[in-house]
Amino acid sequence: MKHLIACLCFIWAFGAAAIEPLDFRDEAEADRNRALSAELRCLVCQNQNLLDSDAFLAKDLRREVLELMRRGLSDDEIKAYLVERYGTFVLYRPPVKPATWLLWFGPALFVAAGLWLVGRAIRRRQPASGPLPPAADDGMNNDD
Amino acid sequence: MIRRLLPVLVFIALAALLVAGLFNAPYKEIIPSPLVGKPLPQFRLPVLNQPERTAASTELEGPYLLNIWGSWCPGCRVEHPLIEHIAQNGPVPVYGFNYKDEPADAARWLERYGDPYVFSFTDLPGKVAIDLGVYGAPETFVVDRRGIVRYKQIGPLSETDWRVKVKPLLERLNLEGQQ
Repeated sequence: MKHLIACLCFIWAFGAAAIEPLDFRDEAEADRNRALSAELRCLVCQNQNLLDSDAFLAKDLRREVLELMRRGLSDDEIKAYLVERYGTFVLYRPPVKPATWLLWFGPALFVAAGLWLVGRAIRRRQPASGPLPPAADDGMNNDD
Repeated sequence: MIRRLLPVLVFIALAALLVAGLFNAPYKEIIPSPLVGKPLPQFRLPVLNQPERTAASTELEGPYLLNIWGSWCPGCRVEHPLIEHIAQNGPVPVYGFNYKDEPADAARWLERYGDPYVFSFTDLPGKVAIDLGVYGAPETFVVDRRGIVRYKQIGPLSETDWRVKVKPLLERLNLEGQQ
């Protein structure tokens, strides 16, 4: 809750600052910084990435990412640098590892379980309604 | 019978899960620091109220507390009386880390509410703070004799946190030092 309030304050105070761009050398650098920022979580407003967030920490981190880029670090190295400091939580796309298997493969598991249930229900119902009795002529079909 | 109850049971289980998530949410905001158990990253920063002086993290002798604060931070005022109490009576010194703050505002804040710190580092740009994995204020690091981070408090330190977690840890660290 207090973070929510903090976020709202930041939106008010830094609304203008968000438009203020970093000092990019060229379009490629700007694109790369934007792509990386979109994959990193703002730790103040935790349901936003660095690109969306107006919190001052997000701005500082975007600048940090830019500096690391200029030092020649690869995307993976930059992410590793931030994970070392903020934990894997900073990654918007969590890495696939035993602790996150349920997160990654859980949905597929649910779909499989659903399909299995539906399949079973269909199979159960079939014998009951088995060979359909020939439809009795109710006298309503007068299409001849 | 059981087949008819199954959807209800699934519904109850799901509802229970969501309710649990709702009540646990405030604790989930707290991100465990990957720095605990590792050395505090080294840094050198200007010292608040001493314009000529810079200090290095390596000059600090552990165990000590490093308290991240800012004059803009309401949580810092909440924990301030406790921080003062610790600084006066506590088993270890308390150093300040003034985060993203104008030095003039910071000085005024200390004047108004009291200055519990041996001294405060100042990090206006917030670059060193990123190195420390700081994402807000207040935060408090417990650092041992060898410069290893042993605990990190995120958010205001409460009376209970102090009594149950931090104080016993510091007393243990002080004993470690004597052996």
